[in-house]
Amino acid sequence: MSNVPADLKYAETHEWVRIEENGTARVGITDHAQAELTDIVFVELPAMDAVVQAGHPIAVVESVKAASDIYSPISGTVIEINPALASNPALVNTDPYGEGWLYRLAVANPAEAETLKSPADYEAGLA
Amino acid sequence: MGFGGWEMPIQYSGIIDEHQAVRNAVGVFDISHMGQFIASGSGAKDWLNYLLANNVERLDVGECQYTFLLNQNGGVIDDLIVYRTGEEKFLLVVNAALIEKDFEWMQAHLREGVHFENRSDHFAGLAVQGPLARKVFEAFFGGKYSIPSHNEIMEIKVDGESFFVARTGYTGEDGFEMFFPAVHAARVWNDILEKGAQHGIKPCGLGARDTLRLEMCYPLNGSDLSPERTPLEAGLSIFVDLQKAEFIGKDALVKQRTEGVKHRLVPFKMKDKSPPPRAHYAIQKNGGKIAEITSGSLSPSLNIGIGMAYIPTEFARINEEIEVDIRGKLFAATIEKKPLHKKQ
Repeated sequence: MSNVPADLKYAETHEWVRIEENGTARVGITDHAQAELTDIVFVELPAMDAVVQAGHPIAVVESVKAASDIYSPISGTVIEINPALASNPALVNTDPYGEGWLYRLAVANPAEAETLKSPADYEAGLA
Repeated sequence: MGFGGWEMPIQYSGIIDEHQAVRNAVGVFDISHMGQFIASGSGAKDWLNYLLANNVERLDVGECQYTFLLNQNGGVIDDLIVYRTGEEKFLLVVNAALIEKDFEWMQAHLREGVHFENRSDHFAGLAVQGPLARKVFEAFFGGKYSIPSHNEIMEIKVDGESFFVARTGYTGEDGFEMFFPAVHAARVWNDILEKGAQHGIKPCGLGARDTLRLEMCYPLNGSDLSPERTPLEAGLSIFVDLQKAEFIGKDALVKQRTEGVKHRLVPFKMKDKSPPPRAHYAIQKNGGKIAEITSGSLSPSLNIGIGMAYIPTEFARINEEIEVDIRGKLFAATIEKKPLHKKQ
């Protein structure tokens, strides 16, 4: 069974968002997504200050077999990327909600988070 | 995933984990999807020698060779292993996706004195590969048989049914492959896993099979080989005998050898950490596209991107620098010597 933490919001495309202080949000991929993608061997992250729109591709996560686009679950401006993933992309597999986060955004429109799925809805979609 | 009509997992415990098991201990692959043809009769040897590029005459009973089925242009229809299992009997193991096409092609050239059968549905297959494969063989057969020598095959009769066991593989490690009646597949698979447990055996899928073969620069038909490419372009001329009197594709190959090949299939390795190179990515040199990757992956053994491509002969030299276009960014790579993975 996939782990779906109760304190996060989820996108249909298997990304999670954690709303943090001062209008920022942290983004990663779900436990379900990392399990489906299998061994992650490379993560291509957005540039700092990149302006992203919800639902648009923002990063690429690569397993041995395939490259998969990651869609930003929320709009905003990139203010931090996870530096640990360059040398240890497998953190996305081992700790998808913690050390394996992808990037942080200054959120453009806080109301957008309300349109994302609740943990219960996301989990129901996995069944 | 569906593969040539068989349901095959890409992975069990994970591609990298399975890959390392084969490099360091032992793994078992279900290769039941592969095709098996049997050619027998007084005309079988000469007939095969006309259809296949390597020289069947060189095989004693119990030996095998890697060879090609070529079209008239010298292009590769399929690459396969031919085993001589008797004075007048041969087992051919062909690629899953080509079973029908190969069989039709061979059937169309059938001669008097040859009995030719497609036994692909009858046989299941397992490949046990890795430095500890030999121990698994001993545990499985309980000392009743000794493992065949490298590139040799033995036929064991169990209740009148043939079990073929060959010291061959597609990983670059020691190992053996077994072909036996499909009705016994589940029992043999479970038994191999049970007997291999003490040696750390792991079930392995198509994903690890691909990374293991690519590190050895073994070509995959459909990716690295095609009807538009010859074995000379693929750098596999040692498996073609141009001294043979006659075989399909010979004239085209002789001509190509005289004129020289324009492209050669060569392996490359990324210089630094990069996204894994993959099939169909462009290869550039001096700002222009010179080739497309035929196979590419992260190498679990080297922990860097590797691949193969048909590079124009002028650049197909060891240590030549090339660039791989990955999503619009160029990453440096160098052409390497085969194999990319060398035994410690």
